[in-house]
Amino acid sequence: MTLLRKSLADRGAGAPARRRMKSQYPMWFYIPAAIFFVGLFLVPTFASFYYSLTRWTLFETEFIGLANFEQFFQEPALVQGFTNTFIYAFVTSALKVVIGLALGVLLTSNIVGRGYLRAVVFFPVLVSTVGVGVTFRVLMDPQDGLINESLALIGISGPGWLTDPSLALLSVAFVDVWKGVGLATLIYIAGIVAIPQEYFEAARVDGAGRWNNFRHIILPLARPATVTVVILSLIGGLRSFDLIWAMTRGGPGFTSDVIASVIYKQYQAGFFGLSTAGNVVLFVVVAAIVVPLSFWLNRKEVDA
Amino acid sequence: MSAATPRTGAARRTRRRPGLVLGLVSIAVSSVVFLVPFVFIVLTSLKTRQEASLLEFAWPSEIVFFENIVTVFENNDFELIRAFTNSAILTVAAVTIMVVLAAMVGYVLQRRTSRWNGFINFLVLAGLIIPPAVVPTVTVMQEIGIYRTMFGLIAIHVAFGLSFCILLFRAFVASIPRELDEAATLDGAGPMRLFFRVIFPLLRSVIVTVIVVQAVTVFNDFTYALYFLPGQDNATVQLTLYNYQSQGLNQWNLLFTNVLLITIPPLIMYIFFNRQIVAGMTSGAVKG
Repeated sequence: MTLLRKSLADRGAGAPARRRMKSQYPMWFYIPAAIFFVGLFLVPTFASFYYSLTRWTLFETEFIGLANFEQFFQEPALVQGFTNTFIYAFVTSALKVVIGLALGVLLTSNIVGRGYLRAVVFFPVLVSTVGVGVTFRVLMDPQDGLINESLALIGISGPGWLTDPSLALLSVAFVDVWKGVGLATLIYIAGIVAIPQEYFEAARVDGAGRWNNFRHIILPLARPATVTVVILSLIGGLRSFDLIWAMTRGGPGFTSDVIASVIYKQYQAGFFGLSTAGNVVLFVVVAAIVVPLSFWLNRKEVDA
Repeated sequence: MSAATPRTGAARRTRRRPGLVLGLVSIAVSSVVFLVPFVFIVLTSLKTRQEASLLEFAWPSEIVFFENIVTVFENNDFELIRAFTNSAILTVAAVTIMVVLAAMVGYVLQRRTSRWNGFINFLVLAGLIIPPAVVPTVTVMQEIGIYRTMFGLIAIHVAFGLSFCILLFRAFVASIPRELDEAATLDGAGPMRLFFRVIFPLLRSVIVTVIVVQAVTVFNDFTYALYFLPGQDNATVQLTLYNYQSQGLNQWNLLFTNVLLITIPPLIMYIFFNRQIVAGMTSGAVKG
């Protein structure tokens, strides 16, 4: 192949030398994309490090060192947003992995109505998050909501899903899983289908049952899918804003606030420096969790 | 995807029974969990205001679907029509720019080895992971005069969506043989012609995937519109929903008619481009 390429290049020597000097893959192809990316993403990201160290209102900016970060980790409402972010991301990722894997196995097996099931599970992924949030706010209404009315039919008095301070964050997390699990399922289906059939045939010769198939073939070989699901749901979960905002706006009180909603609240209130400090905190949190984790997950894959 | 389907006859015969029972149970459970909320949306949008306020999961005694749709469209001086126009302009413009620019980057990034490659790959991943900083972005947009403008929001979506598109394009370009480039070059094609006349048409399948996935993302976006294009005049469809909700009126029938209307475009996309959406969203699942 290399020889062929060389001879082709040699034959092209008749063309003007200037043409061969210039690459067919010009660097300026990067420039239009770079203008958008640098101007609206890189510059603001770097600027945020400086502005997070200032008291910044509409009219002036004043350098105040790390005071914003001190406030962020001292004011109870803000601290709660910080810890909630981890709870939310962890709960949604864990449930998406477990349920996604279970559904992935189910929907690659030989069952009736597989096409229908795949479509039904996946469709919420494409629906607007605000629409889902609004709908579930109604379904989770403590008195008239469909969920509690159905529970009442079988004699359970359902909790105030979104009004109980200890439950609101988890309720939103469940809706997040409801909306997002279809994507995790699809990723698992793609991963499981890519497993060569020979493994399953060899296992059948050895007399392996369904559980052994799952434990010793699907689970280890669907690992790339697990890595993708974990990383995607963690990034999404840590940054999550729109569903929480549509369902509770961080309430009741601050019990379902996360960093992203704190950022928006402080921005609306005009505390631009504090809001930007929240952005820096979120940046650090996401990077500190996602980057090492993806390195670790991908490395173990190479070892195996 | 069909690779998993063929099995030997014996296996199929022994598995049919549990497959049937399990399948019926799954269909029942998934219908309750995943379909009931959508049926609820449709039912409520059929009802009158009084009946809808009961929030019941029941067939309406009087169907006023058409009236509801008219009211929703007329509300706030035809806000929803403006919102659909805005969302359409936003989606088409942002996705078009994104596709062309990301294809150019993905192509050169895959083809040309230079000392910049590592750095650019790093930036692409950073763009996927790092949450955008709200206030500094607003400041930058104000400085260049695109804050609260439709072009500003388009540019924002382009900037934040590029990374995902570049990754897909880079992977796809790798499957196009370089010999093709060389043949075109021998025929006298310059860089522009080589890319736009030879390579770009070959990217068709991945372009469709990127268009569909990004169109749904941009159309459904709420956060960036809330941050960077606030105000009622140029609301996108997602914000109309939000405005309804914050008006605090008990007009559930209209609210859910609105939800239903803005769910239709993604539904149409899903029906026609099911395969491309699945391909785009699961890319990386196999390779990691």
